Formats: sequence, C-alpha cells, structure tokens
Amino acid sequence: MVIDLDRCTGCGACVIACAVENNVPPAHEGTTPRTGLTWMRVVRVDDGRSFPDTRSVFVPLMCQQCDHHTPCVSVCPQNAVEYDEETGIVTQVPVRCLGCRYCMTACPYHARYFNWWDPEWPAGMEQTLNPDVSTRMRGVAEKCNFCHGRLQAARAKAAAGSRPLAPDDYQPACVEACPTEAIVFGDLNDPRSTVSAAASSPDTFRLLEHLGTGPKVRYRSRSAAVRESLTRNSVSSEKEQVHG
Amino acid sequence: MKSIRWFVAGFVVMMLFGWVIFPAILYTHEEQPLQFSHKVHSGETVGLPCQDCHRLSADGRFEGVPAIAKCAECHAEAIGSTADERLLVEEYVKKGREIPWLVYARGPQNASFPHASHLIGAGLACERCHGSQGTAESLPAFRRNRISGESQAIWGTSIAGFKMAEWDGMKMDDCARCHRERGVANTCLKCHK
Ligand code: HEC
Ligand code: HEC
Ligand code: HEC
Ligand code: HEC
Ligand code: HEC
Repeated sequence: MVIDLDRCTGCGACVIACAVENNVPPAHEGTTPRTGLTWMRVVRVDDGRSFPDTRSVFVPLMCQQCDHHTPCVSVCPQNAVEYDEETGIVTQVPVRCLGCRYCMTACPYHARYFNWWDPEWPAGMEQTLNPDVSTRMRGVAEKCNFCHGRLQAARAKAAAGSRPLAPDDYQPACVEACPTEAIVFGDLNDPRSTVSAAASSPDTFRLLEHLGTGPKVRYRSRSAAVRESLTRNSVSSEKEQVHG
Repeated sequence: MKSIRWFVAGFVVMMLFGWVIFPAILYTHEEQPLQFSHKVHSGETVGLPCQDCHRLSADGRFEGVPAIAKCAECHAEAIGSTADERLLVEEYVKKGREIPWLVYARGPQNASFPHASHLIGAGLACERCHGSQGTAESLPAFRRNRISGESQAIWGTSIAGFKMAEWDGMKMDDCARCHRERGVANTCLKCHK
C-alpha cells in the first residue's frame, strides 16, 4: 500500500469507511484519544512554526504491516497474532487474544487498539453490520488487517470461477473511499502492479525507517521536509483523533 | 473387600454420570419449526437437484438454506395432506414469513467457511462434511451445547471426541487436519473473521 500525502486532504472518509467495513462500534462514553478503536485515523503533523508560517500534513495512519521483526507477532504470548507468509499481512485473531496488551506496547506505530468496553450499537444499527467481519468483545486487542473480510470474499469468488486469486481482486475499504485516490493498494511483489511502481518512486519513504521493521505501508510526498520528519519522528501524539 | 465394593460402586456412578447423564444434560433437544423430507424433494418424488435449493452463486457466496420464496414455487397451495405441509402453507407461505430453521452445521460467528473453495476448488461432495442429510427422510432434533451455545455438529456426537464417521464433528482441528493432508495453508485469517 502506498499513501500519497500530497493528495491527502485529511477529509477522514477512509476512517469512516474503515469503521463501517470492520464493524468498529461508535466510541463509548468516556473514550479518550488513547482508548478509542481507530484502526485507521488521520493525524495532522505540523512543522512547529506558528501561523502564518506553519506547514502541516495529514497522515492517514493504520497498521503498517511490518515485514521484519514484526513486533506484535514476536511478543504475543498467545499466538493470536500471525504473519501470513502468503500475503505478507499481519493478522490478528481477537478470540484468541487474552488482553495483555503487550502488542500495543510493542507497536512503534500505535496502530493497535484495545476494547475497553463491549461494543454497543445504537438500536437498529446492528442490522447494518458487515456479516463478513466478526464483532469483538471487551478485553481483546484488534487492528487493521487490510480488510480480510474482503480478501476472503475475493478468494471465494475466485474459487467459484475456478481461477487463482489475482493480485488486484480486492481493495480495502479505505482505498475505495478516498476521494482523491491518495491510497494505492496491490501486490508489492508484482513488479508490474501500480503499487510497486508507486513504491519505487524516489519520493516514497516508510515511517520510522530506522527501526528496521520494513513496513509494507509506504508514504510519499514531494516535500523533502515531510519525508525527513516522518521517517525519523513518531507521528502519534496527544492530537490523536478518535473515531466517534 | 468392603472398600473395593465402595470403589466399584463409586466408579460406576461416576462413569455413568460422565458418559451418559452429562452428555444428556449438556445438549438441548430442539425440534425444527416443521419437518422437511430431503428424500421426497431430492429423491424420486420431486427430483430437485441440491443446487436448486442450496445455490452457490457466481460471486462465491453460498446461499445456504433456501428462502420461503423457493418453497412457494410449488407449495402456494397444499399439494398433499400432511400436517407439516399445511403448517408450511398456512403459517409461512401465505403469510410470507421465513421459516426459522435451526442450522446444524453453523459454526461460531468468528469462523468463516467458503463452500466455493471446497465444492469447486477441492471438488468435495456434500456427504464428506454433512453425512447423509441430503437424502434423509426427516430432520433430526437440533442439539445445542448449553455451555458454548454451539450446535452439537461442531464437537461431534461422541462426548469423548471420537469420530463416529468422517463427517462427524467440524471443530477447528477437523478443518485443519484435512487442510494439512491436502497441503492447504492453515493461516488463522483464512478461516477466521
Ligand atoms: C419443485 C416443487 C417443490 C418445491 C420447490 C418444494 N416442494 Fe415440498 N413437496 C413437493 C411435492 C411434489 C411434495 C409431495 C406432496 C405429497 O405427495 O404429499 C412435497 C411435500 C412437502 C412436504 C410434506 C411431505 C413430507 O413428507 O415432508 C413438506 C413439509 C414440504 N414439501 C416442504 C417444503 C419446503 C419447506 C420447501 C422449501 C424449502 C419445499 N417443500 C419446496 C414439491 C416441492
Ligand atoms: C426443496 C429444496 C431442497 C432440496 C432440493 C435440497 N435441500 Fe437440503 N435443505 C433444505 C431445507 C429447507 C433445509 C433446512 C433444514 C435445516 O435447517 O437443516 C435443508 C438442509 C440441508 C442440510 C443441513 C444444513 C444444516 O446444517 O442445517 C444439508 C447438509 C442439505 N440440506 C443437503 C442437501 C443435499 C446434499 C441435497 C441434494 C441431494 C439437498 N440438500 C437438496 C431444502 C432442500
Ligand atoms: C475434507 C477436507 C477439508 C475439510 C474437512 C475442510 N477443508 Fe477447507 N479446504 C480444503 C481444500 C482441499 C481446500 C483448497 C481448495 C482449493 O484448492 O481451492 C480448502 C480451502 C479452504 C479455504 C480457502 C483457502 C484459500 O487459500 O483459498 C478456507 C478458508 C477453508 N478451506 C476453510 C475451512 C474451514 C473453516 C473448515 C472447517 C469448518 C474446512 N475448511 C474444512 C479441504 C477441506
Ligand atoms: C468441506 C466441508 C463441507 C462440504 C464439502 C459441504 N459443506 Fe455445507 N457446510 C459446511 C460447514 C462447515 C458449514 C457451516 C458454515 C457456517 O458456519 O456458516 C456448512 C453449512 C451448510 C448449510 C447451512 C448454511 C447456512 O448457514 O444456512 C447448508 C444448507 C449446506 N452446508 C449444504 C451443503 C451442500 C448442499 C453441500 C454439497 C453441495 C455442502 N454443504 C458441502 C461444510 C461443508
Ligand atoms: C482451517 C480453518 C481454521 C484455521 C486455519 C484456524 N482456525 Fe480457529 N477455528 C476454526 C473453526 C471452524 C472454529 C470453530 C469451531 C471450534 O470451536 O472448534 C475455530 C475456533 C477457534 C477458537 C475458539 C473460538 C470460540 O469462539 O470458541 C479460537 C480461539 C481460534 N479458533 C483461534 C485460531 C488461531 C489463533 C488460529 C491461527 C493460529 C486459527 N484459529 C486458525 C477454523 C480455523
């Protein structure tokens, strides 16, 4: 996945699309920026200067799908987090989770969330839940997994058509929702895919590159200052936005 | 001598409880809303192919148990004279209500099972996983585990976990075993959602 920060307007459509797709409940009363369920959120990062000189950039942030040393996988005492060799997606099985939150501490991107409350939907809204994604319960961690419900549906569709799954058979909800087409998704291992073309452009970078976790989510910006800052500094801050 | 007698008596009581009484109280015994005969419908009398009622659509979704509209195609008015058919026509077809079937095979909400991969990809027959339900004369009682809330078909009929037949029991282990034998990767999110 490659996210073009120059195109992102910070509208938040991806955040909503993600929550709807993945049955993320509305924020519970008393939720703070640190206890919300935000598989995807948009963080504003500025250069610290005061108005009118300040420059800011919106950074859509979700699980970065680390490739090496995958921190959450290696710390999980339950085998509830797994690195899928076939797709490269870091997966999470909430029913297996015991709620120790070790993975949340380990994640350098703060991209894992904990269910502090049982999910609740306003009356009638439970009818709109996505049947391809299970609802979670209080006491387990969860995170983005590139819309596995869509991946499973795409697999079933491919099987029904007696053909192998093609790399571009499915797109996550955030990619589909983005009005400026800032997010490109596909198979990074396929040199002919649009996503690998985007990923090989010189203005792409990864968050906290020096940690060596090798995220499969890449960002791009023509601004050297933005690239410089995000490669080195952690983007999550007190300003974390909460889905509500 | 006396202590041995007490031991044997205690052993028998505990064995009886564990193997006979416990399984009997562990599972509920629920009747289907109405009887349905696969033998009549897919056998000689009507001769419908399974796919007519249990359709796998082109987008890979398995439609499962047919909706009332399917039954209404033939049962808009009673054909025969059985009580079950009268119930079907009066209570469901004429009122346009869906029949609240109890589905034996249905697993927990967090597990996902694609029929498409197994019917087309793996070329398996319905009997491998469902036994002879497709030709049965009547629907057996639905038995729900009072503790887990799941159907007995998941754990299987033997309380000790012995398989009485190839299709008896469809636990995670039963899925994974066949996948291992056939070299299908068992990553968690293939089957979990
Ligand atoms: C293609 C036509 C057809 C369809 C579709 C059909 N049936 Fe029937 N059904 C029959 C016929 C023919 C009989 C036999 C009537 C008789 O001789 O008693 C029958 C008999 C029955 C009976 C009573 C006899 C018995 O032994 O069970 C029930 C109950 C019944 N059907 C339920 C259903 C339900 C429920 C559906 C929808 C899932 C359905 N049928 C769909 C043709 C059909
Ligand atoms: C007339 C429509 C009809 C036809 C034809 C038909 N079925 Fe069914 N089938 C039903 C209905 C209705 C049920 C719902 C009963 C229930 O809840 O189990 C059912 C249930 C089942 C179930 C049990 C699902 C579960 O776990 O509860 C299996 C297995 C099944 N059918 C297999 C078959 C096979 C195999 C064939 C072909 C030989 C077939 N059916 C033909 C209507 C049909
Ligand atoms: C009798 C053997 C057998 C059993 C039992 C079985 N499977 Fe499978 N399954 C297969 C085979 C073979 C394939 C590969 C099909 C293909 O090549 O497309 C498969 C494929 C799958 C896939 C798709 C994987 C992919 O990469 O496309 C899923 C998901 C799956 N099975 C889940 C389950 C679940 C859940 C259960 C238990 C409820 C189960 N299976 C039971 C044989 C089995
Ligand atoms: C590899 C094993 C396997 C095979 C082969 C298989 N099924 Fe199933 N079937 C399952 C499982 C597991 C479920 C429960 C799915 C769930 O939890 O939603 C199921 C569910 C069903 C249901 C109930 C669906 C619902 O939720 O309403 C019907 C009906 C059914 N199967 C019919 C069939 C028929 C007809 C065939 C043959 C064409 C078939 N199955 C082949 C494993 C299998
Ligand atoms: C081949 C398909 C398959 C794979 C692969 C698989 N599971 Fe499962 N799993 C199931 C099915 C089907 C059930 C429900 C039946 C049962 O309880 O045994 C289940 C049940 C569970 C449960 C119990 C849930 C409950 O509500 O009781 C947990 C926990 C679980 N799986 C964790 C995992 C983890 C962790 C992995 C990866 C290491 C994994 N599973 C891989 C099919 C699978």
